[in-house]
Amino acid sequence: MTDQWMDRLSEYLDGDLAPAERVALETHLAACPTCQATVAELRSVVTRAHALVDRPVANDLWGGIATRIGAAGTPVIDLNTRRVRRRFSLSLTQLAAAAVLFLAVGAGASAIAMRPTTEPVPTAVATSPALRVIPVGLPTKAEQSYDTAVRDLEQALDAGRSRLSPKTVAVLERNLARIDVAIEEARVALKADPANAYLNAHLANSMQQKLALLQQATTIANAAS
Amino acid sequence: MSDPIERAREGDPDAFRVLYEGHVGRIYALCLRLAGDPGKAEELVQDTFIRAWEKLPGFRGESAFGTWLFRIAVNVALSERRATGRREARIGPVADPEALPAAGRSADPGVRLDMEDAIAGLPPKARAVFLLYDVEGYQHAEIAEMTGIAEGTSKTQLFRARRLLREALSR
Repeated sequence: MTDQWMDRLSEYLDGDLAPAERVALETHLAACPTCQATVAELRSVVTRAHALVDRPVANDLWGGIATRIGAAGTPVIDLNTRRVRRRFSLSLTQLAAAAVLFLAVGAGASAIAMRPTTEPVPTAVATSPALRVIPVGLPTKAEQSYDTAVRDLEQALDAGRSRLSPKTVAVLERNLARIDVAIEEARVALKADPANAYLNAHLANSMQQKLALLQQATTIANAAS
Repeated sequence: MSDPIERAREGDPDAFRVLYEGHVGRIYALCLRLAGDPGKAEELVQDTFIRAWEKLPGFRGESAFGTWLFRIAVNVALSERRATGRREARIGPVADPEALPAAGRSADPGVRLDMEDAIAGLPPKARAVFLLYDVEGYQHAEIAEMTGIAEGTSKTQLFRARRLLREALSR
């Protein structure tokens, strides 16, 4: 990298150069194929960074945290307990359908797309033939159940929204929008490549995130009442 | 008092768990990429939330809670590396781009995680800046505050990371 502009290409890409520097660099770029290629490659790195998909945490880490912060004596609230506590609750059928969907998609896809883990396979997954199916897209019935669960949670959240602070609502809406974008992008990509295990896992993860976020928000809203 | 942050600041572990559940996904993703190892990432996540619990009384809301938590996670990860001095071959500091893993060579046969592998091969500080800027979307001023480096250093580290990734991914 002997080119005097080479070290500035990253800042150029981010729009961090002063106007005069930018003009000078663009003049240089027009005559320098090496810098042109480098800009294109750096841009590709940034694009790929933006497209990275987060892997979900495989284990529940709360138990260890609770112990270390001295909250181990406090009953750990599992999701089922939370659901019972909620004023706005889903039907057991809806929750079961959503859970089955996530187990099926997550178990099948993770077997292909994720790194090997020493985690024991959940009994339900190991014993139920229906949950061994590797997903190709989403089961329509399960997806409908998921949509119903999400809709019910959204309605419950709307009813309790006034009890949340504007800041919390803003964060919530921003995160929901982000998840919705991820879900939509995954669905579009799956239309072109329905057997892609990675995309299936990403879609399942995003849907699960949305459900979890809505559940947490309704929990908070209820706690505020 | 309904805000879980406020309740957690007052020592309510249930409220803190609400915060944990809301943020653990993103914190784990960051820690996994910083550590390059799921087991170590889980340790970092736990250390992050324990540190957050300890520091919560001092949280004044000057930044978003998520940003504040990210700052703790980055510092926990970088401090852990300094303390242990580990030089795991896969994630150790790399001065020479040639030492970075070539794209597409995953430890797991059949699993192509080339970008993730390349990120795991970055030097720790460059990796942290790259993750915060290009993956998480923070600005250099925020990264400087989170990591305790100058803005100019953040830009330099970002360029270094991108350059190393470009070279690793093009091999």
